[in-house]
Amino acid sequence: MREQFSKELQSLKDMFTQMGQKTRDVIELAIISLKEHDLGKANKAIRLDDEVDELEREIENKCMSLIALQQPIAKDLRRIGTILKIITDIERIGDYGVNIAKITLSIGNEAHVKPLIDIPKMADLVKDMLKLTIESFEQENINMAKAVIQMDEQVDLLYSKINQDLQEIMANNPAASKQVTSLLLIGRYFERMADHTTNICERIIFMVTGDRIDIC
Amino acid sequence: MDLKIKVESLNFYYGAFQALEDIHMNVHENKITALIGPSGCGKSTFIRTLNRMNDMIEGTRVEGSILLDGENILKNETDVVDLRKRVGMVFQKPNPFPKTIYENVIYGPKRHGIKNKSQLDELVEKSLTGAALWNEVKDKLHQSALALSGGQQQRLCIARCLAMEPEVLLMDEPTSALDPIATQKIEELFEALKKKYTIVIVTHSMQQAGRISDFTGFFLNGELLEYGETDVLFTKPRDKRTEDYITGRFG
Amino acid sequence: MEINTQTNMHTIKRKNNINSRKLKNKVFHGFLILATTMSIIVLALLLYQIFSTGFKYLSFDFLNNMPSRFPHKAGIKSALVGSIWVISLTALFSFPLGVGTAIYLEKYSNSKSWLNKLLQINIANLAGVPSIVYGMLGLAVFVRFFNFERSILSGALTLTLLILPVIIVAAQEAIKSVPDSLIQGSFALGVTKWQTITGVVLPYALPGILTGTILAISRAMGEAAPLIMVGAAGYIAFMPSGPMDSFTVLPIQIFNWTSRPQAEFQNIAAAGIIVLMALLLTANATAIILRNKYQNRTD
Repeated sequence: MREQFSKELQSLKDMFTQMGQKTRDVIELAIISLKEHDLGKANKAIRLDDEVDELEREIENKCMSLIALQQPIAKDLRRIGTILKIITDIERIGDYGVNIAKITLSIGNEAHVKPLIDIPKMADLVKDMLKLTIESFEQENINMAKAVIQMDEQVDLLYSKINQDLQEIMANNPAASKQVTSLLLIGRYFERMADHTTNICERIIFMVTGDRIDIC
Repeated sequence: MDLKIKVESLNFYYGAFQALEDIHMNVHENKITALIGPSGCGKSTFIRTLNRMNDMIEGTRVEGSILLDGENILKNETDVVDLRKRVGMVFQKPNPFPKTIYENVIYGPKRHGIKNKSQLDELVEKSLTGAALWNEVKDKLHQSALALSGGQQQRLCIARCLAMEPEVLLMDEPTSALDPIATQKIEELFEALKKKYTIVIVTHSMQQAGRISDFTGFFLNGELLEYGETDVLFTKPRDKRTEDYITGRFG
Repeated sequence: MEINTQTNMHTIKRKNNINSRKLKNKVFHGFLILATTMSIIVLALLLYQIFSTGFKYLSFDFLNNMPSRFPHKAGIKSALVGSIWVISLTALFSFPLGVGTAIYLEKYSNSKSWLNKLLQINIANLAGVPSIVYGMLGLAVFVRFFNFERSILSGALTLTLLILPVIIVAAQEAIKSVPDSLIQGSFALGVTKWQTITGVVLPYALPGILTGTILAISRAMGEAAPLIMVGAAGYIAFMPSGPMDSFTVLPIQIFNWTSRPQAEFQNIAAAGIIVLMALLLTANATAIILRNKYQNRTD
């Protein structure tokens, strides 16, 4: 066994897990700040995302080094190639979290045009998806990855429901249009996050099996 | 990171031919330093200056200094016998003596004055264990070393070095005569060895340098063109010629 | 179709060529067998001649009796013991001297120096000097100058001079054949030059050195001329008890008998030759066993 390489690979995977968890924390902070008008938490989310970006750079360097120095092949190569691709998705997810935090800041202490129910639901779903994704990556478990891909449909359903609700509000109360647009965007961001998570899961399945699947 | 060997302004000549030109290099303690470069670039000559094996070749001349723990080993009054005890060397082709495995390991220690049987026995087990060979040969210590496979022979040569309890291990292309499995075993061994020893290895295989070393030096035409952390040298070499060599565009 | 015929032509040509080459092969094979059998036949004839005349004279008495004027009483004891004495001393002197010289020439002296070259030329020439010349040298130096008299010691020293060049050259070749990688391996362990020579060079070279020594000693065992010069007697009726005693050796005793007019002595000479050959073969066999023992250790 190539002991040293195995160690390096494990530490790479640990870094990725850490990046995923930090991203989840960004989402968590963003959604709490939105729900509770907690601007401090919004700022915290933005700062935390910098750490995510930093981790992405580190992971990328490490992947490059490992490819240059250890010449991974077969599954090892797929692992490193996969990590190299999915950190971009994770980083995007973090950025959406930051976008949400920024919108929260712009809404400030202004009262919500409607009680937030579906958006937090979406947020919870996305967080669960992300958690499951990270676990499926750690354990190289393709069943978990497939489950995440299934969950994407629920997110899509919630998103279209939010869309409808907000359009109705806007029609009835044009003065609320600014906040409604913001909330629409937030819904959109969560929907995008779910899509990226799905991408990651497809990659994980490729990493484990070597087969490309396309679940749409 | 502690400094083990400091090479300063080293020049080396075979007669009128200058084989090494103004080499400066810091070798760090408990790290693996790999030396790469095309054939005839001086990397083997360089490693052989570190235990003064070049002394054996007539008509050679060396300038500059090599500090081992701060002491210049190129001085005339250096005790070469003692130096080679501290700086062991493993060669390209496994070269076990035509003796038993046991006698091979104790060859050096016995000649340095260790006569006590139980002390020697202990040394044999310790050295062979250190070279990851003990389990394979413990039942045939008194059989000829030449009956071992190439990879085992090379590990025996490493054990023979370890028995001298050196501080530095020099390896001159130690796996170039071995098959991939034997090579891998020796590469794994390096990982364990560097905890106790400082290792300098000459290798033809860039991949090997990448896999095992912490620092890499690139030699070309007798000059040390680039030297630094392997990680950096392999992903972001400073010198265009280094890049050409490691990417296989040399020539 | 044309292409096809051409290919056929080529095949035929190649086939012809094969046949002629095979023929050549057979011719040379036959020639070599002939050459080998020739020498075997000559040896066999010689052996037959000697055994048929000498065998019936071989007996314990023959081995145990002193030489005598009477053929039926004559024995070979003093010559046999004399030969063993001389050869043992010769081996004792020539082996360390020869190996020592070879080590010096190969490992210590600078191979480019004029002294080394001079020594090399000398040794090569000495190997070709006729043995009688050594006899004269022995007479002048050992018998007269050192005053060793006509003793076993003088004989052994003379034979030592005779075979020394052969042993030196053989030992040099054997030492040269020690792989450089082993010597470097030894030096790299911080081992001194002398320790490397005793630890690696000599054990590795020993089989080769022994082979050369065996050949040289065998030659010395059959020598008569130089020993006659240093005064080995033709007739010794007592057992030599030390290196300073006068002596005779088998070849001289045999020569002595063959030069007598009586026919019986010719037959006894044949018996003596059988004893000499047996001694030679025993010496060779011992040396070969010794060599194989060391060779097994190194292979």
